[in-house]
Amino acid sequence: MPALAAEDGKNSMPKVGLFIPCYVDQLYPQVGLATLRVLRRLGIDVDFPEQQTCCGQPMANSGCAEYTRPLAERFLKIFGKYDHVVAPSGSCVSMVRNHYAQWLEGRPAFDHLRTTTFELCEYLVDIARVVKVDGDFPSKVGLHMSCHGLRELRLGRSSEVMVKPFNKVRFLLGQLRGIQLVELTRSDECCGFGGTFAVNEEAVSCLMGRDRIADHEKAGAEIIAGFDTSCLMHLEGLIRREKKPLRVMHVAEILEGAKLS
Amino acid sequence: MTGHAEKAAPFVADDARVHWHDQALWFVRLKRDRQAESIPEWEALRDAAAAIKAHTLSRIADYLEEFERNAKTNGIQVHWTRDGAEHNDIVHRILADRGLTRLVKSKSMLTEECHLNPYLEARGIEVTDTDLGERIVQLRHEPPSHIVLPAIHLKKEDIGDLFHKELGTAEGASDPKYLTEAARSHLRQKFMAAQAGLTGVNFAIAETGGFVVCTNEGNADMGTSLPPVHIACMGFEKIVPRTKDLAIFLRLLARSATGQPVTTYTTHFHGPMRGGELHVVIVDNGRSAILGHETFRRSLSCIRCGACMNTCPVFRRSGGYSYGYTVPGPIGSLLAPLRDSHKFGSLPFASSLCGSCSDVCPVKIDLHHELYAFRQELVREKVVPLYKRFAMAVLSFILARPWAYRVAGSLMRGIMPRLPRVVVYGRWNPWGRQRELPSMPGESFRDLIKKESK
Repeated sequence: MPALAAEDGKNSMPKVGLFIPCYVDQLYPQVGLATLRVLRRLGIDVDFPEQQTCCGQPMANSGCAEYTRPLAERFLKIFGKYDHVVAPSGSCVSMVRNHYAQWLEGRPAFDHLRTTTFELCEYLVDIARVVKVDGDFPSKVGLHMSCHGLRELRLGRSSEVMVKPFNKVRFLLGQLRGIQLVELTRSDECCGFGGTFAVNEEAVSCLMGRDRIADHEKAGAEIIAGFDTSCLMHLEGLIRREKKPLRVMHVAEILEGAKLS
Repeated sequence: MTGHAEKAAPFVADDARVHWHDQALWFVRLKRDRQAESIPEWEALRDAAAAIKAHTLSRIADYLEEFERNAKTNGIQVHWTRDGAEHNDIVHRILADRGLTRLVKSKSMLTEECHLNPYLEARGIEVTDTDLGERIVQLRHEPPSHIVLPAIHLKKEDIGDLFHKELGTAEGASDPKYLTEAARSHLRQKFMAAQAGLTGVNFAIAETGGFVVCTNEGNADMGTSLPPVHIACMGFEKIVPRTKDLAIFLRLLARSATGQPVTTYTTHFHGPMRGGELHVVIVDNGRSAILGHETFRRSLSCIRCGACMNTCPVFRRSGGYSYGYTVPGPIGSLLAPLRDSHKFGSLPFASSLCGSCSDVCPVKIDLHHELYAFRQELVREKVVPLYKRFAMAVLSFILARPWAYRVAGSLMRGIMPRLPRVVVYGRWNPWGRQRELPSMPGESFRDLIKKESK
């Protein structure tokens, strides 16, 4: 792990605060465990501060700024002391990076927190400098590029923006032996989850979700893989209701069995 | 208040039609992608356009006055209007004072915004929209459903039926070429008989006092070349400082709007035709208030290309009418509540905040962040219903207390699997109408991590 070093310049390993979003903690614990294992297998010193709950996105997304404030403040207090914060969610990380300033601008530790909170894939590629993924995953996989990770964290090039194509998630998964990343007709259309949108606009939300699933099916995917469990929960809900043979998996669950270096 | 979700319901219910609409607009988005890709400096163009717009908005009064001075020198008559009523009145007076009763219009979303057509028609003026799509919706007594593609919600069969009734085409005929020919000869008569022509303005140039109108059908040119009186109506944000700024905006506009390298007709007007009159009506109609709003003023940068509509997964699946405002889609979801937050309070929520609109916008309006921010306005103004605010207060209370969070989580995971399906999937649960809930695990991550060896 030569690329990783603590920010204080000492030769100790950086201390990572693991941020497991509330719904992952309660509903998808296996995604949290997979994330923890992926990081620990890299030799990273990971800590899970138990006081953590939620980043506040449901409230912020609903326009309730004052109900978001206590959660943003707690987050800073809990995670501000780590060298890095890593979460298996693009959306929650974007909340910290792109929206927390409204409540925390000017706080001494906030600049540090904002610039050192990472989504798992970007942490692996940009900070831990993982270049090699050694493992087997003989499946046809459709990659769901969730919007906030894509367009707010720039985990990849979005199809609208005319810059050189790149994709950090594909870079990791694509190295697995036997994996077949299928080509979608619409590479990054929204699945329609959108937080409270999923219930406020239930009909349009479900239509969007079904259209995404149909695209993955047409491309021959057996598994829809993503880095945001929220989108996967929405897609899985539709898949299970319609008893389709597809499965959803978080990227961490796929990388869990591989050796990263 | 009937919200976007309710208004979208009938559109969403027609699965075949909604997918056809989605596909038609996605096709335009793909054409835009191909054109944008063909310009190596595309992103630099967007940056430049955004910067020019920001600069112009920061001193818009100066540029408008410069435009007025130069336009007057060119022999253009300039009218300033505070709102839609004043705008309609001025247009009517220009016509009435000269005894003109037959007006042909090329596409102008501003006149839709001001409801000019019914105002003039009530005063005995025959108004003919000459953009094909606009003529179609005018004959149907409907507003446009999209700012660039006004009749995108209609299929050729719908238009065949309409033209059969209104223009006497053969019953059941839906061949686009045949229908377009019929519209063409119908409109030709209107052009020949017109006494005045009205156009919108895509760009007004401060340093020359001229302006540019972009169309694909040449109808603006027909409408302004034949009759002696030309009235051009513009929202005040249409101003650009210099002629050379057009080199940025014209390259972005058609590519973003329809995926064409340039509009078929890009007409520069710098004065009245010989013996004729040219009027420019500059409209505020709420724009000053938006300009004064620090967070949302950037929405005035919009060049009305419609790209945010074509790319919006919600717009494509809910149709333009579900927004209930002249400008629908992501940009309309800002402009409408900026005008009336109570009437249009559901629109900032009619978005999954996917951000595709912000990435596609040629002038880089950060649309999805502005929609996110506008939701806070709506909560402050108590437009968001009390029960929703209360639910968030409760959620926030629980999430701010780890013990309450743990208890609530265990209760949910413990109780849900034991409840009968009819209860879990009852009417209270919009998530479950078409989706299964996640299967509730016995233990949370924070329980499981205790068993995890370091």
